[in-house]
Amino acid sequence: MTERTVYLDHAATTPMVDAAVEAMTARLRDVGNANSLHASGRRVRRVVEESRETLAQALGCRPGEVVFTSGGTESDNLALKGLFWSRRMAAGRRTRVLSSSVEHHAVLDPLAWLEEHEGAGVELLAVDVAGRLDVAALRATIERDPASVALISVMWANNEVGTLQPIEEIVSLAAAHGIPVHTDAVQAVGVVPVDFACSGVDALSLSGHKVGGPQGVGALLVRRELDVTALLHGGGQERDVRSGTLDAPAIAGFAAAVEWAVKQQHAYADRVAALRERLVAGMLREVPDAVVNGAGAPGGLPGIAHLSFPGCEGDSLLMLLDAQGIECSTGSACSAGVPQPSHVLLAMGRDAEDARSSLRFSLGHTTTEADVDAAVAAIGACVQRARAAHR
Amino acid sequence: MRVVAAMSGGVDSAVAAARAVEAGHDVTGIHLALSRNPKSYRTGARGCCTIEDSNDARRAADVIGIPFYVWDMSDRFHAEVVEDFMDTYAAGQTPNPCLRCNEKIKFEAVLDRALALGFDAVATGHYAQLRTTAGGGIEMHRAVDHGKDQSYVLGVLDERQLRHSLFPLGDTPKPQVREEAARRGLLVADKPDSHDICFVADGDNAGWLREKLSERDPDLASLSPGIIVDESGAQVGEHEGTLGFTIGQRKGLRLGHPAPDGRPRYVLDIEPVTRTVTVGPHERLAITGLTGVDPRWCGPCLPAGNELAGESVTVQLRAHGAEHRARVVVTETGLEVDLLDPAHGVAPGQAVVVYDGTRVVGSATIAATRRATD
Repeated sequence: MTERTVYLDHAATTPMVDAAVEAMTARLRDVGNANSLHASGRRVRRVVEESRETLAQALGCRPGEVVFTSGGTESDNLALKGLFWSRRMAAGRRTRVLSSSVEHHAVLDPLAWLEEHEGAGVELLAVDVAGRLDVAALRATIERDPASVALISVMWANNEVGTLQPIEEIVSLAAAHGIPVHTDAVQAVGVVPVDFACSGVDALSLSGHKVGGPQGVGALLVRRELDVTALLHGGGQERDVRSGTLDAPAIAGFAAAVEWAVKQQHAYADRVAALRERLVAGMLREVPDAVVNGAGAPGGLPGIAHLSFPGCEGDSLLMLLDAQGIECSTGSACSAGVPQPSHVLLAMGRDAEDARSSLRFSLGHTTTEADVDAAVAAIGACVQRARAAHR
Repeated sequence: MRVVAAMSGGVDSAVAAARAVEAGHDVTGIHLALSRNPKSYRTGARGCCTIEDSNDARRAADVIGIPFYVWDMSDRFHAEVVEDFMDTYAAGQTPNPCLRCNEKIKFEAVLDRALALGFDAVATGHYAQLRTTAGGGIEMHRAVDHGKDQSYVLGVLDERQLRHSLFPLGDTPKPQVREEAARRGLLVADKPDSHDICFVADGDNAGWLREKLSERDPDLASLSPGIIVDESGAQVGEHEGTLGFTIGQRKGLRLGHPAPDGRPRYVLDIEPVTRTVTVGPHERLAITGLTGVDPRWCGPCLPAGNELAGESVTVQLRAHGAEHRARVVVTETGLEVDLLDPAHGVAPGQAVVVYDGTRVVGSATIAATRRATD
């Protein structure tokens, strides 16, 4: 009964690459706390620091700019809260935080928290039909009162529809007023070129398991000159910004994965873009009235195909595909276990019905043409069923 | 068959799902999200609307080894069950939302969606039995465990709905179901039974109704204070609103003075328009008959003019209520029921479910009752 699993949800998490598994498992039996002074401690410390250097090398930052965290969500929280508090501490009227309306919940929810508990004035800027930030609106918002802006946070690439944001333009707008820019690059690293120094951003979140590393580890790259107020207090392990014993094996796996992903990036992007094209063409052939959402290449991530299937509920489609071993996502978050219409699609001007009719297929390093073809072969009948169920 | 198992997070629906798998069906677990604003954790014994209940259902599905999804039925539930609950109370009647939920949500909205998606049936943890007759008909019977029997709240299901239903627990007493859950490694084995109305989180019906109905219509007559009278029309007390009173209710009347004869008084009548609640002695609650509307047949439809009578014909007038022998005549608009055993405190809005022996014949909504002493 159970067929082969066709995994097309790499944007949720992607299988670990061999280099990461090897780097991580090689360290699992090691004893030693990276902060201990003895030989065992030094050995583990060395693993962590070499990983930090590997990561810095791959991402165009200095080793001292890498703060290891538990993953993308912690990195986003640390950047947003940490920068907001330190910037407001330095000048009390810096309370505005500018962001986009299509951010991940790991950004939106901390911002909502800052608004409710810390008096932040959060402004979520509009996006166009493809989900791309309206730069003119950002400029106008900044220039209304530049001195009151604590920080700007805009994702590098959207996790649902894959649209790339105009980071370069955002950075140059912000730089004119000395406003720090944070970007959630969790979906971008290893998929499109990401160079911390060249990009000019001040802080960048990334996650291990989205690039072929282990779950539960990630990093915030943050410029040394920038003060970040700590969220986790304790041993002060990560330059007093983040406390907690470092997970050296996971960090080793994380660094190996990032190094691998960045090295492969061009070839990977080409290969996955071709698969995406095959998938989208096949889906449109099977379901002619399906709608492709987001920018698509070159304005979007090569591995994400986000489609609306009019007259269907994404949930029904997901379940029907899952029953055939084809795994994808509705892309949007659940609230209390109940799927909500995607805030990203809504921000792109789609109605709730439309937003609920969508599926995200995200391709990755293990995806094959056979995977894509299996999804294409299944979609027609599933859409027919889902439409009948939604009448 | 491909079966959707509706899993509330409780022990019954978990064992029902496991049994459906064991019977050879291809089972998918579904938890229905019915509340628009689910609470994170349940309080007390109530359960079916919290995230914790959803998690319990998911863990049970893991243990059984079936796929699991949450279906959002909150809008339908609100429109079909919660609104009906409010409307019925506002009109001075007493609704049964569990019945409505079975009729409109579990065996209509969920069933229709499941059928469209390629499933054949919905399985639940209700205690009732389905039997196929020699002629290929379908019958619903009381559960073996009469104490747990839930055929009353299923009495609204029609033949088509029953043909697509599975009640795997109908042949088993509840204690055995708990033992079986434990044996199967289901962590919900000890979870308390749910009681009360799932969407009234703290069990305070009257408070909940007052809040929700005043949001909807602050001028609603049944929210305004009124008087409590005895059968002679003399005022014996006051109330904050007819809302939440139920025929047969004794507690919470807050009558200042005892009746002249010192006997307890019960709610006999609720008149929301004049905001009058009438009270009287227990014997005045006795009824000899009733009229039912909106009949539903759990099998072949009985046309008007049919009469059901005999030793085996009984009616049940509330969940877990007694059986009353009765003579039932089918009319153009519903049922006329003569009770051979008198019943007390029967509230319009509740269902009358008609049985022939253990078989459920059908049901109707009680529109009016005939008092013994009228």
